[in-house]
Amino acid sequence: MSMMQSLVQWIDDRYPMTKVWNEHLAQYYAPKNFNFWYFMGSLAMLVLVNQILTGVWLAMSYKPDADLAFGSVEYIMRDVNWGWLIRYMHSTGASAFFVVIYLHMFRGLMYGSYRKPRELLWIFGVIIYLVMMATAFMGYLLPWGQMSYWGAQVIVNLFSAVPVVGPDLGVWIRGDYVISDATLNRFFALHFLLPFLLAALVFVHIVALHKVGSNNPDGVEIKKGPKGNKWSDKAPADGIPFHPYYSVKDIMGVAGFLFLFAAVIFFAPEMFGFFLEHPNFEPANPLKTPPHIAPVWYFTPFYAILRAVPSVAGSAFPGVVAMFASILILFFLPWLDRSPVKSIRYKGGLYKILLWLFVIDFIVLGYLGTQPTTNLYKLMAQVGTIYYFAFFLLMPIYSKLDKTKPVPERVTE
Amino acid sequence: MGADGVDLKKRRTLTLATSAVGIVGAGYVIYPFLAAWAPSEKAKAAGAPVEADISKLEPGQIMSVKWRGKPVWIVYRTERNLKDLPTLDPMLLDPNSDDTGQQPEYCKNPTRSIKPDYLVAVGICTHLGCSPTYRPDIAPADLGPEWKGGFFCPCHGSRFDLAARVFKGVPAPKNLEIPPHQYLSDTTILIGQDGGKA
Amino acid sequence: MKKLIIAFLMAVAPVLGLASGGAHLEHADIDLSDQASLQRGAKYFVNYCLSCHSAKYQRYNRMARDLGLTEDEVKENLMFTTDKIGEGMTIAMPEDKAQKWFGNPPPDLSVISRARGVDYIYSYLRSFYLDDSRPFGVNNIVFPDVGMPHVLWELQGMQKAVYKTEKDSAGNDTEVFDHFELVKPGSLTPEEYDGVARDLTAFLSYIGEPIQLERKRLGIWVLLFIGVFFVFAYLLKKEYWKDVH
Repeated sequence: MSMMQSLVQWIDDRYPMTKVWNEHLAQYYAPKNFNFWYFMGSLAMLVLVNQILTGVWLAMSYKPDADLAFGSVEYIMRDVNWGWLIRYMHSTGASAFFVVIYLHMFRGLMYGSYRKPRELLWIFGVIIYLVMMATAFMGYLLPWGQMSYWGAQVIVNLFSAVPVVGPDLGVWIRGDYVISDATLNRFFALHFLLPFLLAALVFVHIVALHKVGSNNPDGVEIKKGPKGNKWSDKAPADGIPFHPYYSVKDIMGVAGFLFLFAAVIFFAPEMFGFFLEHPNFEPANPLKTPPHIAPVWYFTPFYAILRAVPSVAGSAFPGVVAMFASILILFFLPWLDRSPVKSIRYKGGLYKILLWLFVIDFIVLGYLGTQPTTNLYKLMAQVGTIYYFAFFLLMPIYSKLDKTKPVPERVTE
Repeated sequence: MGADGVDLKKRRTLTLATSAVGIVGAGYVIYPFLAAWAPSEKAKAAGAPVEADISKLEPGQIMSVKWRGKPVWIVYRTERNLKDLPTLDPMLLDPNSDDTGQQPEYCKNPTRSIKPDYLVAVGICTHLGCSPTYRPDIAPADLGPEWKGGFFCPCHGSRFDLAARVFKGVPAPKNLEIPPHQYLSDTTILIGQDGGKA
Repeated sequence: MKKLIIAFLMAVAPVLGLASGGAHLEHADIDLSDQASLQRGAKYFVNYCLSCHSAKYQRYNRMARDLGLTEDEVKENLMFTTDKIGEGMTIAMPEDKAQKWFGNPPPDLSVISRARGVDYIYSYLRSFYLDDSRPFGVNNIVFPDVGMPHVLWELQGMQKAVYKTEKDSAGNDTEVFDHFELVKPGSLTPEEYDGVARDLTAFLSYIGEPIQLERKRLGIWVLLFIGVFFVFAYLLKKEYWKDVH
């Protein structure tokens, strides 16, 4: 035995290293027909690592104190060696995280990746999405700019809209009667903590994935098909070992992603006010409300839904309920889709149109969330909100009505 | 060509090449994170040279200025102090300042200073970092009859003379550090900068 | 459905035109690689602005380095409130006095160009006009009822705002700003003054993000490197995937 082989053996006697390597990489069989949409999972992991690395590094110079926070960010941008780069990697990474995750979720929507037996996998994913949103929301307060302060003020006030317990709940979250230093400090602590919870959830998400195996663009279960391929007699015929094929493909995907990521960091870190918002370059002023308060772009569809729902008896609570419902409804997707086929490739024209409309709806709602309310915009947001909920709530009906196509036995190229 | 037409040599070369570029890239990514730990512009600005006005200093008096977070003493030594210095040589660990790391080249002399009258020294004991007390008094009861004035560190008993030189037989291993400095005039010393003469 | 799409497009179109939600902004056309322009901008800034507005996140020694000046040149010509070249550009005016004299203390200008944009700043500097109803006798088209006097009046001179009558969306007559008219010339011609405004704007853009030129320069190399890496990764992927097809 060579030195390396002895070392591997020594470890394997004490830790299931080779076993895990084989079961989850070299002899883990994934469908061979993954397309562009299947890069997003590994990219999401890359961005999470980026956020944690750059985030911890920023925490070495950032000061979570209302009087010092804004200045400490400028200190990072100007005085800390390469601080500007670490800051831009973090701010661009936050937006990139949501771009990747929305594409990742859309893949799930298109190919029915949430269908049995992957319901729990999907549920873990929605939980990850919720934790991401909480992390991003708290992170945005930290620069202590005008938008940080007032955006947080508006959103925490939503909790105050809850009947009976609302006002006390708002004070309890803030640690004060308005967004203040107390809020900033605790949001910093939680913003630091949550990503590690996120990492654990991602681990659980992948364990769930590996138990059932990946779906694929045709929605054909490769485990149910014929057995025997080039690498193994017992593995699915349409499967290929994740390593080296998808490890090498994902590395290529990372390179492509990094090109776009770097292009933004070095040439357009503000992204025209969408990634770094212009009002946030003014220090937070509790006495001066900015003319337009809007959340960061990745929250705007839900903000539009919040504002679309009219107040009842002076309370904004119905809007709050609608906003949370619009996210929580995702949990039920596996049971709302009653189509006999999984993937959009074999669904009928009806479903395809409705899904297209859903995409347009989500984007339009997102745009409306950035704009001040006018009568026209409010009407559009209301239509958009109704469509959004109808897409899900009527799915048990239209997914059955939809004329599907026959699903092939084997995956297509 | 390996079995089933796989060009193993090509694979190995491509893998090596891609890995090489990747490792170089990883190096470029890690570098900013490591560099970020080096002193920031703020730290460097705070470490800037400090001016000390010695016009009010009387013989036998000490003053202290803060430079880079550390106390720097300026002592106006008396005629008696200067005469006593050479007599202490046998009791000192490094009477001739042979340890070149403890003072700039222009202070490697019997008084360890630019002008004999003024001692400029960093007031941090070379043992474990406490700040010694100024003891200009001659032959006090607690320091013994041989004491001709100097600095006594209360933490572990190290002793230094009025040229900031360490005595034998005490915990401190080196003379006190003399910082780079220069005289801007007869009454102003700039501590932390010497026009590159060090 | 179609009506909704048309309504959406019609609603979006005018919004895209007006960026500042108010006055029309002139394009600033600054050049951050023009060190002479930045040096002039620095000169105007410390002479006219620094008495009330700090730029506390911008250090003097960094400005020296980036603008191609020696530390002595900066110490002699551009430093009035401190002698420490490593410090930021702070001001002597205490904040409570600023509150008393100006209502709102004059804001720190370190990142104003990132908050408002260069076109806004350029237009703002050129848009002061005579207005008796204001405490300092001037108003500003870009920032209505601003609390700031026209500090650069000696250079630009004094202008008045000329209005024209237009019909508003309800069909009624309304007075709309049309153009400025110089009533008292300053020491500079309008073109020269525009140059001052441009230099000042360039300087403010620089202090907003001193690293911006360097970041773009580095970016080109980074993208080239990643491009090379992508080529290798792509070839590697293609080679291995021969097995699969």
